[in-house]
Amino acid sequence: MSTTTTDAPDRVQPEDEGLAQAFRDYVQRLRGGQLGSLPAALGLIVLVLFFTALQGSTFFSAFNLANLLSQGAMIIVLAMGLVFVLLLGEIDLSAGYAAGTCAAVLGVGLTQKGWSLPLSLAACIVTGVVIGVVIGLLVARLGAPSFVVTLSMFLALQGLMLLIIGSGGTIPIDDTTILAIQNNNLSPLGGWILFVIVIVGYALVTGLRMQRRRAGGLTAEAPSVWLFKVVSIGVLYGLATFFLNQERSRNPELTSIKGVPYIVPIILVLLVVLSFILGRTAFGRHVYAVGGNAEAARRAGISVRGVKIACFIACSTMAAVAGILFASRDNSISPSTGGSTTLLYAVAAAVIGGTSLFGGVGKVSDAVIGGLVVAVIANGLPLITQEAGIQFIVTGGVLLVAATVDALSRKRAVAS
Amino acid sequence: MSMSSGPTPAPSTAGDPPPLLSLRNIDKSFGAVHVLRSVDLDVYAGQVTALVGDNGAGKSTLIKGVAGIYSFDSGDYLFEGQPVVVHDPKAANALGIEVVYQDLALCDNLDVVHNMFLGREEKRGITLDEDDMESRARKTLDGLSVRTLKSVRQKVSSLSGGQRQTVAIARAVLWNSKLVILDEPTAALGVAQTEQVLNLVRRLADNGLGVILISHNMNDVMQVADNIAALYLGQMAAQVKAKDVSHGQIVELITSGRSGDLGLHPQQTGASA
Repeated sequence: MSTTTTDAPDRVQPEDEGLAQAFRDYVQRLRGGQLGSLPAALGLIVLVLFFTALQGSTFFSAFNLANLLSQGAMIIVLAMGLVFVLLLGEIDLSAGYAAGTCAAVLGVGLTQKGWSLPLSLAACIVTGVVIGVVIGLLVARLGAPSFVVTLSMFLALQGLMLLIIGSGGTIPIDDTTILAIQNNNLSPLGGWILFVIVIVGYALVTGLRMQRRRAGGLTAEAPSVWLFKVVSIGVLYGLATFFLNQERSRNPELTSIKGVPYIVPIILVLLVVLSFILGRTAFGRHVYAVGGNAEAARRAGISVRGVKIACFIACSTMAAVAGILFASRDNSISPSTGGSTTLLYAVAAAVIGGTSLFGGVGKVSDAVIGGLVVAVIANGLPLITQEAGIQFIVTGGVLLVAATVDALSRKRAVAS
Repeated sequence: MSMSSGPTPAPSTAGDPPPLLSLRNIDKSFGAVHVLRSVDLDVYAGQVTALVGDNGAGKSTLIKGVAGIYSFDSGDYLFEGQPVVVHDPKAANALGIEVVYQDLALCDNLDVVHNMFLGREEKRGITLDEDDMESRARKTLDGLSVRTLKSVRQKVSSLSGGQRQTVAIARAVLWNSKLVILDEPTAALGVAQTEQVLNLVRRLADNGLGVILISHNMNDVMQVADNIAALYLGQMAAQVKAKDVSHGQIVELITSGRSGDLGLHPQQTGASA
């Protein structure tokens, strides 16, 4: 701690620091308790290796990989919405049934009311927005704890859903567009075009930013780090695309199933849009500020209530999107849509991905990585044991580990 | 309480340029409790004015009034010679008055740049202009000769107490502020870090800002202050030049409201006891 008062401060120049320095910085951050998505990414690799070793032929097949993506999609989308709420240090227990209720509105609109598809989709999304507004107002205006508010919404939405679905019990969905979302694939060529767009887009956006910041003399990634990221993402995504483009039909003469499922570009678009909102806009910055220190945010002139309401709306709106995915995957809507373990899996996905339950820390991409972990467990365990009890215990255990890692890394961050 | 006829402790600041902030005959009550009585205060640009006084002397109330959190019941509030009305913190900010509170109001999960621009982010279209914010933050820190921060992209959670204080002070300076009010900036710091922060406080004044420093630590006060204003039970005991008084005199002003021929008359201190 030097206290000399020379005029020219010797700050660290953003020179070429290279991979080694980036690695050291990363280790430094890990030691400081900023774990990010690392545990989830490691967990994902371990789980994939584990299930492949035990049930390789069944688990690590193109058919199952595509199936896993479509199973995980709802969890991932719900978790993306929950990230907004968790960032504030709040919780939304009603998101699962919000998805179910919105799906029910969609189903009733399409079948009983005979609405057009766009109208039904709009009604579905608007339902999500309204649910978010109600929860947001109750939490932000009245100051009721979100746990209690959303717990009561959990029950109330379950009832609302039963009323909307009516006595029939199940609404079949036969709209081809809706069904296509979770059941159809891009052509193999389309998959590779998407691959090129994503990788070139990613390389350009991050590369140009790096160039601009270096030109301005600001802290920037080293080119080697940038190249490493682009290449590793490219290799992983390229492998997945190649794998998904294999024929995975059980009976190729009858029907051919191959290509990247539609759900992949849908999730990518949601990931980019929501990451942009959280990472690059003033609103996103305010979400982190409110989650980190609400009093400081208030004194800085940020509307804490407004931010809270907006986050609950974001969460319920994403739940509505998840509802559409449910309708597409299940071909129907029943009173159990969005129920059972849905919400818990989504919360688990966000937390496993690295979003803190204490607020202020998390990213939308956490939802994707954590959602994949949850999906791999949910998909792989039944291949090993048919015992539902064991499956629940293992999933619970994984969530417990994630929450413990979260709590411990927070302790570490406070202590350092 | 008719104190206005009593002898006002005239600040011994003859020869200085007109004050940046001038308070005259400030009164403030909370219900039946008369917290400030006919308080005068002058703060000069380029000088550190220490505001000292025992607990309950009215330091916080006076500062919160200046910052616009409370409004004074009566009295004149002059900023740069002009009478102004400051009824909310935004009005104070607009004048160029920034307060660094004791709890610093930083978000641990955000980095230094984000904290410095919190609530006042620079934007380009709908996106945040990170580059501009980072270079402005860097420039402000360089202008204050801050050498202790390795990177402005560090999260605040990884900073020491002194570094946090530095960030909070730099945030206050960023907005072309003219008057910076520091509430006990060294209260939670160790020896080396106290030294750093005091150097920073000194540099603020050397850069031409008016600084009000609230402190209980007489060593700090004697080290950096040009002016010392001592409050005693809601009255301004004296505002004196730091070089004209000793450590012991300041302590007497704080504890009994008078020291030799400085300070309040016996009947004034007695009346309020």
